[in-house]
Amino acid sequence: MDILSAAWHLLIGMDADLMAIIALSLKVSGLAVLFALILGAPVGAALAIWSFPGRQVLIVIFNSLMALPPVVVGLSVYLLLSRSGPLGSWGILFTPKAMIIAQTALIFPIIVALTREAVKPVFREYRGLLISLNASPLLVLRTVLWDARFGVVTALLAGFGRAVAEVGAVLIVGGNIDGLTRVMTTTIALETSKGNLELAMALGIVLIVLALVMNALIYSISRIGLRFQEVRE
Amino acid sequence: MNRLAFENVSVFRNGKEILGPLDIELQTTGITCLLGPNGAGKSVFLNLCHGMFAPDKGRVDWNGVSAVSTRNDRSFMFQTAAVMRRSVWANVAFPLLAQKLPKSERMERVAQALTFARLTDQAAQPAASLSGGEKQRMALARAWVTRPKVILLDEPAANLDPGSTHALESMLHDIATKSGVIIATHNLPQARRLAHHVLVFANGKLAANSDADTFFTQTHTGQVADYLDGRI
Amino acid sequence: MKFLLALLFMATAAGAQERSMVLASTTSTQNSGLLDAILPIFKADTGIQVFVVAVGTGQAMRIAQNGDADAILVHHRPSEDAFVADGYGIDRVDVMFNDFVIIGPKSDPAGISDVKTAPQAFANISSSQARFISRGDNSGTHLRELQIWQEAGLMPDYDGYLEVGSGMGVALNLASGMGAYILADRGTWLSFQNRSDLVLLFEGGVEMINPYGYVRVNPVRFPHIKSAEALELGNWLVSDAGQQAIAGFRIGGVQLFCANALTAPDLPADQQGTCAADALQR
Repeated sequence: MDILSAAWHLLIGMDADLMAIIALSLKVSGLAVLFALILGAPVGAALAIWSFPGRQVLIVIFNSLMALPPVVVGLSVYLLLSRSGPLGSWGILFTPKAMIIAQTALIFPIIVALTREAVKPVFREYRGLLISLNASPLLVLRTVLWDARFGVVTALLAGFGRAVAEVGAVLIVGGNIDGLTRVMTTTIALETSKGNLELAMALGIVLIVLALVMNALIYSISRIGLRFQEVRE
Repeated sequence: MNRLAFENVSVFRNGKEILGPLDIELQTTGITCLLGPNGAGKSVFLNLCHGMFAPDKGRVDWNGVSAVSTRNDRSFMFQTAAVMRRSVWANVAFPLLAQKLPKSERMERVAQALTFARLTDQAAQPAASLSGGEKQRMALARAWVTRPKVILLDEPAANLDPGSTHALESMLHDIATKSGVIIATHNLPQARRLAHHVLVFANGKLAANSDADTFFTQTHTGQVADYLDGRI
Repeated sequence: MKFLLALLFMATAAGAQERSMVLASTTSTQNSGLLDAILPIFKADTGIQVFVVAVGTGQAMRIAQNGDADAILVHHRPSEDAFVADGYGIDRVDVMFNDFVIIGPKSDPAGISDVKTAPQAFANISSSQARFISRGDNSGTHLRELQIWQEAGLMPDYDGYLEVGSGMGVALNLASGMGAYILADRGTWLSFQNRSDLVLLFEGGVEMINPYGYVRVNPVRFPHIKSAEALELGNWLVSDAGQQAIAGFRIGGVQLFCANALTAPDLPADQQGTCAADALQR
């Protein structure tokens, strides 16, 4: 009960620090999902559409990468962005940019795999039509991606869920710097380590509520779309 | 005039010749019906006509140019037409998108095609919500909207009730006044109603090639007789 | 790809450019609240924003060795000296110290509350086979713990000895849950909230002194380092203003860190001022 009331007070109190932390969480994970979508959806669709040597291998690799622990992704991106690493000259380690890159890498395989699953049945149906119309590869890609958009939204939600909930990657590349790279999950980890279990749990509840609101929002938007587009068979 | 030429064409599947060797020249005016039992090669022939794929041997040309490179001159309608997860309007507009027509032109042509298919009222509906007959009419409108020189249809009425079949056939009669129509069917009464010209396939080979009046009045022998009498 | 990068940078473009630097420090300085208390004063004095990455001493040094921090504030003298000797750091200065304490269950099954020295306390814990939580993360606290085991002439490999490979707070949470003994820095202990029946059982003695050093990362080795800012922070920490800020930081009326910049850490207690004498006598 203590925890619930603490969570409630956090939510209605909403001091500026907490607002900034929540805003950064949403911004980092939101942009990561956006970038992963822009990069990953075409790859997923391509894997569903075209067969080329090594396609099976790629599919297996992307499916396995979905299970990659966030810490490993974080460590890889850290080594990449470190001043001693290949992209060190960018100088973006311990900034939100680094966190966005790490989370993009983390959810890219999810977007690829789930987009491929969503596009596969659509392409199976459209294949003959697209060939008969002499559709260009770009048009094929655009068409199946657009017509599989509800499956792609699911991929997006799954990706956002994983990004906003992970702590390992953002902790390593962001450094949990107060006022700069501190997000909800790293705050929860920090408060737990300080023994502030009630505050940590209250923040956890805030995170859950936010995730709930986001999901409900996107779900209802896609429902509106579905009324016009759903295949009723 | 559209002259279709098959030159020494063969298609193999798993090492077995499923069509050919085939040599044929056709002037595709009016409606040409492809008849024959299942597996006789009608579908493969139709796919080759459109240039869906190239034959393993020989050439398929339209007016001297290979079918594969001139697909945009023709339209192809499958037995179960793909119902795109979009509105009826967007389904019919899609081929014009593929041919990169300007928007105003697209709007006009789609409106005409929808009127032709009597689907104007359903234009905004999801295509998936149409009945079976309406879906096939939409598919025919989608095939017609590009103003093709030739439309190829693979058993378009195979799963339709008589009323829907009639609606589709009357659209085909209209289309045939402007474009060539090649239609594969194993529905003999339908062939009688539609055909100006008839090709009969049996075992991957051409068993008959004649104009419809002659074909349906003369007496046949061999495989064609077996087919017409329902023995194969 | 270029477009995406441009988008990334636009989306996260910082506002007004201000002077800033990255300080890799230990969880003990951050979790205790010290840095939150003194860095705003430093910013008010100099306008420099210090971004703190709080990790274990081992990881802090590693981050600095990669050139990813501009300075470190850590607490393991041998590692700090090696860091300077290897050319990664320059100008190590003493900033402050506090002390370690041994925490354990109120019932104190190993009976360490009345022993004289820390090694003796560890020996009692080991001989009674009581549970002991070790950080096991190469942090300053972990390295000190190993040093005390060594001074006790013991190898900590009995059944109740658990290496958890975590930060101070997480380790304290575990000790709290298991009713185990643990070596902790006083600052983190005082600010730790989830104590259950843990109490402070042993304190005092030279083994328990915990000095913090500030080392700038070598700008010759890493030209991109913000060496001017790092120098200013170093100078400020040992200045009167900095030392007063450190000495003035209190939790529940208790002073957590003794400012000792102007004295050598190896001096006997009576020459280190009252704060050090307190720590030794406690």
